[in-house]
This record gives sequence, structure tokens and C-alpha cells, in this order.
Amino acid sequence: MNEQSLWSVFVNAALVNNFVLAYFLGICPFLGVSAKIGTATRMGGAVMFVMLVSSVCAFAIHHVLIFIGVPFLELIAFIAVIASTVQLVEMFIKKMSPALFRALGIFLPLITTNCAILGLALFQTNRGYGFLQAIVYALGAGAGFTLALILMAGIREKLELATLPDIVQGTASALIVAGILSLTFMGFAGLGA
Amino acid sequence: MRPEPQTTMPTDEFIKGLWRENPVFVQVLGMCPVLAVSNTAINALAMGLATTFVMLMSNLLVSTLRNHIPKQVRIATYILIIATFVTIVDYMIEAISLELHKSLGAFISLIVVNCLILGRAEAFASKHRVVDSVLDGLGMGVGFTLALLCLGAVREVLGDGALFGVALFPAGFEPWIVMILPSGGFFTLAAWLLVINYVQQRSAAARERAGELSR
Repeated sequence: MNEQSLWSVFVNAALVNNFVLAYFLGICPFLGVSAKIGTATRMGGAVMFVMLVSSVCAFAIHHVLIFIGVPFLELIAFIAVIASTVQLVEMFIKKMSPALFRALGIFLPLITTNCAILGLALFQTNRGYGFLQAIVYALGAGAGFTLALILMAGIREKLELATLPDIVQGTASALIVAGILSLTFMGFAGLGA
Repeated sequence: MRPEPQTTMPTDEFIKGLWRENPVFVQVLGMCPVLAVSNTAINALAMGLATTFVMLMSNLLVSTLRNHIPKQVRIATYILIIATFVTIVDYMIEAISLELHKSLGAFISLIVVNCLILGRAEAFASKHRVVDSVLDGLGMGVGFTLALLCLGAVREVLGDGALFGVALFPAGFEPWIVMILPSGGFFTLAAWLLVINYVQQRSAAARERAGELSR
């Protein structure tokens, strides 16, 4: 069992080892949905919710699988749970806000293949977090993901107005911005340790 | 996808993954492992080979079963197939080299959510013959490995002054630590994309000029 304090788990997941900028998890939505701040915020919310639910499920699954002695099924079980959670969120958003549903488009079902979520489930298992720690870890990771997404969207909205050379446009410019953001997040190193 | 599989050579399915439809540089898919494990050339190579194996096997199985998988549950089925092979690869790497398994960490398991593999299963293997699908998986895998190596080599040479663990520079060389850090991954990939955009625009401009001349 890992003895880290809850606050340090949170800061670690959100800032020091930010999922997007330090672990490179969830790069696809990070580059894909970060054009507008509004969409970015809601996408962050959806990811955070899926993270929370799958973190709780992953905790339970891990202990059940260990108990019945088939740890090699872990990966398959995790991905099945995540896929069903995403399906649930998708139905919920479609019902509650069709406009948001259209804005998120293909990236909503793609949360299933968002490595940040499976990564979260795997990391919390590897580090042996307890139940409360796992929940806080999921919250921190979600907050970190949302923060990175919003920062990125803000910069890209401004960047739209600038004239860039032809070859830098698109993914290349987004990657350079991400690199600089990642460099600034290095400044948090040592904060939660 | 191009609708005329009969008119293309089988080898074409293999070649296209290397350059014209290179998964990393052209399609920009599967970014997470590309950036995360390309800090040394050896990690990049191992990751590339593991991904190639999973893609090859899942394309083979998906293509073989393509007429038996109900349309409604196909994505879930593909994911389960992929997860099975990833589990196999995970245990295989752990058996071959514990050190490598440690340095790749959770990223081996994360091959499951590499959009590239699911993308090939859905866009290609579910619609084409077994032979074509296997070649496609192999080509995409090799293209992916090459791209990973390009990144890994640059980052290791600049950030560590070495390639495959062999020191390249005299002792006075000051390594660029930033290239090993996460931000180095973003910068290196951006630089490669710039180079490729530049080459593609030059060749497009050259084709245009040639077209004008022939008219």
C-alpha cells in the first residue's frame, strides 16, 4: 500500500506529472479538441467524469481479479469497463445537450481510446493506491488534463490571428506550443514530492 | 480508403505505410507512444516492434473473422482482439528483458489504446482480404517503427550524446537535457513535421511547374 498523502497525490497528478504534458497521455484529443476554449472545457469535464468512474471500477476489478487469480485478464477488463462508461456518458450528453454532442463530434466516442484513461487505471494499480487515493488521483489527473486543454485552447485562439509560414501551420505549430507548455510545467517539479 | 483493391499490387499495401500514408508523419495517429517512449533509440525500436506485432496479428484475426463479426459490436470485438495480443506482448517482453519492460513501463499495455491499430482494423482489415490486411499491418507497423526510430535517434544523440547506448561525441560534449525531457519529444516531432511539410511543398511546386511546362 502506498502511503502518499492525498494532497500530494492530487498535486502530483495535476501539475508535476501532468498527464498530457509530462506523460504524453491523451495527445489525440489534446491536439484535436483544443481549438476553442468552450469545447475544451466541456471535453475536460467529460474526460474527468469518465476518469472518476473508471478509476473506481478499476480499483474494484483489480482486487476481484487478484482474488480469483487471473491477473492477466486485467487489461481486457479495464478496457471493457472504460468503453461502457464512455457509452454511458455519450448517451447522457446526447440527451442533455445535443449542441455539445455535435461540438465534440467524433472525439466523444474516442474517449474510449484516450490513453489517459487507461493510463490512469494502470498507474493507480501499479502504484498500489488505496481507494481514497485512487479517487483523488483520478480527480487530479482530470483537472490536469482539463487545465492543459484550456491553456492550449487559449493560446491557439490567439494564434489563429497571427500569420504563420505555410509549413508551420496545423499540427506542427500545435506541437511547438505544446512543447513550450510542457517546458513551463517542468517548473512544478519537486512541488508534490 | 481507395475502392479498387484489385488494380493495386499487393506490395503496394506494404509500401504505402512507409511513406505516402506513414502513420506518424502523415496521418498523425498514435501520438502518445511516439512521444513518450522515443527518448532513446532502443526504447523506440522495442516499442515499434511490439506495435508492429500487435497490428499484424490483430489485422490478421480481424480480417479472417470479418464476415462473422456482427456490425453493432465490431469496435468492442476489435478492442478485445487487440487487448489479447497486447497482453501476450506484455508478458513476452517481460520474459525477454526485464530491464526493457521496466523502462517502457505502462506504455506496453497502452498499445491497446493506440488509435492507429484500431484505425487499421476498422478502416482496412474489416474490408479487405487476409493477405492484403497482413501486408497493410506490416507496412504500417514498419512505417511506425521507422518514424519512432527517427525521433528516438535524434533525441538520444542530442540529449545523451549517444546512439543505441554507444557514445558518439568526445567527453567535452554537453548533452541537451531538454531533448530527453517530455518537451523535447514535442519539439523533435514538430521539427520532423516541418521538414516533411517542406519536402512535400517543394515536390508539389515542382510537379506544378512540370505540369505548366508540358502544357
